[in-house]
Amino acid sequence: MVAGLLLGGFYAAVSLGVSLIFGLLDIANIAQPAFVILGSYAAYVMNSSFGLDAILTGLLFTPVFYVLGAVVYRLYYGSFERRGEESLRGLVFFFGVLFIIEVSLSLKYGVDYRLVEAAYIGKSIDLGGVGIAFRLLVPCLVGLAMTLALHLFLSRTFYGRAVMAVSQDRLALRLMGADPVRIKTIAFGVGIAAASLAGALLITIAPVVPSTDRDYIGRMFAITVLGGMGSIAGTLVAAVILGVAESLMSTFFGPSWSLAVSFGILLVALAVRPAGLLGR
Amino acid sequence: MARSTRTLLVGLAVVGAGILLAALRVNPYVYFAGYVILQYVVMATAWNILGGYAGYVNFGTPAFFALGAYTAVFLIQSTRAPLPVLILAGGLVSGLLGLGIGYLTLRLRGVFFSIATLALSIVLQTMIINWEYVGGSRGLSVIRPSGPPFGSYVTFLFAVMVLLSVMAVTVARFIERSWVGRGLAALRDNEEAAECMGVPTLRLKLFATTVSGVLLGVAGAPFPYYVTFVEPTSAFNLDYAVNALAMPMIGGTTSWVGPVIGAVLLGTAQQLATVTISSEMNLFIVGVVLVAFVVLAPEGIVGLVRRVRGR
Repeated sequence: MVAGLLLGGFYAAVSLGVSLIFGLLDIANIAQPAFVILGSYAAYVMNSSFGLDAILTGLLFTPVFYVLGAVVYRLYYGSFERRGEESLRGLVFFFGVLFIIEVSLSLKYGVDYRLVEAAYIGKSIDLGGVGIAFRLLVPCLVGLAMTLALHLFLSRTFYGRAVMAVSQDRLALRLMGADPVRIKTIAFGVGIAAASLAGALLITIAPVVPSTDRDYIGRMFAITVLGGMGSIAGTLVAAVILGVAESLMSTFFGPSWSLAVSFGILLVALAVRPAGLLGR
Repeated sequence: MARSTRTLLVGLAVVGAGILLAALRVNPYVYFAGYVILQYVVMATAWNILGGYAGYVNFGTPAFFALGAYTAVFLIQSTRAPLPVLILAGGLVSGLLGLGIGYLTLRLRGVFFSIATLALSIVLQTMIINWEYVGGSRGLSVIRPSGPPFGSYVTFLFAVMVLLSVMAVTVARFIERSWVGRGLAALRDNEEAAECMGVPTLRLKLFATTVSGVLLGVAGAPFPYYVTFVEPTSAFNLDYAVNALAMPMIGGTTSWVGPVIGAVLLGTAQQLATVTISSEMNLFIVGVVLVAFVVLAPEGIVGLVRRVRGR
């Protein structure tokens, strides 16, 4: 149960990027999990060759991922969005990107499990008889911090508000003198930058292989849809629900069922209430 | 009438050529590789009926394929049913799943439909993993029946696959040329407008998802006998999803020739890459080619050819 709550904080961190890109910008970036895994491998490389802390690496790499995201968005915009044929071909485009990233990683680093080392991995604290592993606690706290940061970005800063505006009324935004394409580039970049940190958290929690991204497609989209497409608070709530549901499922029925939970929730959420828990 | 007779003759000729090739007994690897390529012809064609004609992108191809394969495994385990029965049953069960997916399109369109199909694939995989009778997560080895009608068992399966792919392509071609194809094209371009014009969109969508499901199941049913060892990770491999989608995209989605061209080109390239470079490399090729085509030539090879001819 506690593990589920902590897992929820981490899932929130993983899903923020999708929430932003898919929920607010309406871009079906199905390649997001691959960017997260890319973040994990960045953390792994820096950790194994320079002994740098994984989460610190994740933070340091956010500008790199931001630029990467901006480039991918420009390519996407130029090829699909401007021609007005974004939905289906764009989806296929990101599906291809997902495979390119995944296979590039397995060509470069092989399909062995990779992990990072840090002083706090393996330790735990005791809170009223419940042992809490730092391995889970640290990612959860960072995840919560990221959620808060993104919330503040969207509600307090000019660019954040512009991102909210672009999701509602593009024409009105243009009349206000802001360029929707530029705003979307920024938002997409921020979403991918979040993947860098999320990837670092992921590899702190568990070892990673290039194909781990496939497990996270369902989780991310389940959380985003359940949370109400772009609602940051909703993302956090949905992430915690999913985390708890998965850990309960894996305690009572065995770990092989836990992956089906997210996809099952996703299917039900899509079929019954596509607007999500905290939908607009 | 003359036209359909000609189609029939061409189809029969291809089947005949396939059986002849099977009887020739060249290097056995040719049949192994050929089977996989033909399997992709069936899968790409099936995907295209829903994805290309109706515009619903299905990421759940592995679910339908594996359902066909596991239906076969179940029947082999329980009754040792003969191959034609396996193929029919695989198609039937996957077709039912397709019908179910069809009702899902009532509420889900575009991206949401695609993500739902992906979710479906994972949920089914989990159920198979936890079902011990068909092998669970460890997998199950299947013993091929002795004494195939001709040649070795692989050459026999190869000939069966030739027949199935001709059948799949014929079905796709028939749909494309009939009013069903025009109705699907209308709802692909604008579902609301099509509905207003009196196109029975729901019935057409259900038809497309069911036919697509049947063909994918049919492609999966001989799979247990081909690999002789079935386990969930390989049967539900996401590689099928990207391949079944990349092949029509590369060939061209608006015509039945597109998936065939795509499957033959990409399938052959992958077989060569697997032998000469590495098996990971072939997925990399698929990804790069897919992205390149979607960005640079959205109409696929068929579209390129048409453009050149049009000038």
